[in-house]
Amino acid sequence: MQALVIAAHGSHLNPDASDPTYAHADTVRETGAFDEVREAFWKEEPHFREVIRTLESDEVFVVPLFISEGYFTEQVIPRELRLEEWDPEKWDSDGTSASQVTLEAEDVGKTIHYCGPVGTHDAMTDVIVQRAESVTEDPDVGEVSASGDAEARRSISDGGFGLTVVGHGTERNENSAKAIEYHTERIRETDRFDEAKALFMDEEPEVDDVTDYFDTDDVVVVPLFIADGYHTQEDIPEDMGLTEDYRLGWDVPSEVDGHRIWYAGAVGTEGLMADVILERAADAGADIGDAVESVREATGLEAGAEPEPNAEPGD
Amino acid sequence: MTATPASVEALLEAVDDDGAVAFDGFRVERAADGYALETPDEEWTGLAADDLADALEPLSDYVTNWRYWQRSVSGEGTARRAFLRWCERAPLEVETDRKTTADETTDEPVATHPSIDAPLSVPERYDALRDGLDREWGQLCLTARLVDDADDDPVGERVYDLWHVDDADSDLADLEVYDDPRDAREIATYDEDGRYRPLKTAPTLPSGWAFTGLSGGELVETVEFFYPATVANWHRELQGTLDVDHWTETAERQTGIYDVLDELPREGVEWMAEACCVDSQCLRRREWEFDEDDELDVDGGDGPFPCREPCSLVVAAARKWTILESEQERTYELELTASEYNQLAALIDAVAEGRTDEIREADVNDGANRYRARYLRAKRFDEEGNLEARRVDD
Repeated sequence: MQALVIAAHGSHLNPDASDPTYAHADTVRETGAFDEVREAFWKEEPHFREVIRTLESDEVFVVPLFISEGYFTEQVIPRELRLEEWDPEKWDSDGTSASQVTLEAEDVGKTIHYCGPVGTHDAMTDVIVQRAESVTEDPDVGEVSASGDAEARRSISDGGFGLTVVGHGTERNENSAKAIEYHTERIRETDRFDEAKALFMDEEPEVDDVTDYFDTDDVVVVPLFIADGYHTQEDIPEDMGLTEDYRLGWDVPSEVDGHRIWYAGAVGTEGLMADVILERAADAGADIGDAVESVREATGLEAGAEPEPNAEPGD
Repeated sequence: MTATPASVEALLEAVDDDGAVAFDGFRVERAADGYALETPDEEWTGLAADDLADALEPLSDYVTNWRYWQRSVSGEGTARRAFLRWCERAPLEVETDRKTTADETTDEPVATHPSIDAPLSVPERYDALRDGLDREWGQLCLTARLVDDADDDPVGERVYDLWHVDDADSDLADLEVYDDPRDAREIATYDEDGRYRPLKTAPTLPSGWAFTGLSGGELVETVEFFYPATVANWHRELQGTLDVDHWTETAERQTGIYDVLDELPREGVEWMAEACCVDSQCLRRREWEFDEDDELDVDGGDGPFPCREPCSLVVAAARKWTILESEQERTYELELTASEYNQLAALIDAVAEGRTDEIREADVNDGANRYRARYLRAKRFDEEGNLEARRVDD
């Protein structure tokens, strides 16, 4: 038997913080790829500390639903899971390349495949692009001539789309910025968007000045965050000038300095995230059959899905 | 024929494969002189195959009981199986690491655990299961019952229903009925007033819902969405393998913003346990102490499932108290009437007991009444909105 544990932050204050975790876990459950699927949290229950003992499987794949390699993935989760002989060196990572390491959890005697965070997996690049497709309701966003949507073609025909991936910034951890830049570079290499740029909340180049960095009329802004909360639903929209006050909401797209800003909200809420979770586990040796294909099919762009800005404060 | 051919066939196959089947006081064995059959009440030996089938006819409860547990539930040694056994008061097949105080000559394991009462025999259980056998798990009421037998064909499969203890006497038609365990997550997220419940074992689970017709696996899954990890830790406690992390271990393990936790004074830990870890606030029974050899004075409570270490809410609150307790105590001088002094105590008490909502609008006799509090504020606060007082110790 094999089990999947999705390890996320959760919140004591905001009931919505765990919604993406539950949603992605349910998507994986539907595939039947794992005998058991569990959500586990730092601030909710089951806690990291007690999740492994709830499983009957001997082989457990733990995928951190975090953006970057850092404090939580390197210290908190391994410690709380009681991963014997864990050392961040075992990931042998340059900051974005952690794949997995196989260890024992000392309280349960099970084999734990401790995977790198979802945020640094290559498949995450696809999720960012899909997020851009979702928010513009255009599966061909950026690919001007390819768009089947006449309306979309018209609105973007005067210069294509720019895309920015927005991160928290370095703060305590330089890997945080590395993950943002990594995906931005991968998107840039596809040439799908006229411009691709990494922006940050607390360091240069700052998201506040988003319009300074783009020549395109249309700019999709995708924050590389797991859940919507304070940063993605209050700070960033106000900083970019989408709204005076987050409580009033904002339009998608919003006009700012002559640009149309398509603000996507946290990328982690995109259904395709379940695919990244599966890929992480598969990279670590999980036998998941055709689950990746079925998830990609199930979480494909839903035409007409209206992205609604909500304003739930996070902690 | 009362016993289904399918159950009996499966049983005979198992006897042929393994030579014998013994389960819950029921035993069938293939010997040189034919089959031997045994229940707690009767014994047969030297039966030919046909005679065995005849003898099994009135024993269909034993046969289907064997099949349900050994074939449908299986999972020997798992918490899931132990929990489902507990649900119908079947003897628990728990292997203990340490000796229990139970008489070792009897087959009754872990008789000392508070959740365990006298086990029922197979006929007693079947009688009870026909009506539905109720158990309580925190604020959950669990009912185990036999699937309605179609065509007089007893299969002995169990199904389980689950609702709030407050709804035990409610009409099912008045409850919101669910059958997907995952729906429990949403129910458990908010209390009756729609407020977020960050602590799943807080005694604030809303009522008005029911899960019906769950399989054993689904029941455990649902219970675990309501009260995560409680089944696993209960099972460990039964086995004597509950790994308790006391306060000092938990505090010293912390890093980052929680690194300060080991500076909370011992008496602060005591007050914290009294504030957070009692039955009125959490259904878990606190098993952790200040240290392995240093018990807290506060009672750990009577919950059915153990609390094996300070939870994340306690850790987060302890950080706040650690920072607050690092402040020096001062002496203040302020003018209050005796009644105003008592009113301060009444206000603190009302908030601590969570009863501010219950105080009637016009009940000005209650010191925690809103008008009384507003009057006190108008009288005793200065222009900056602080309680008027003078510090006298410097």
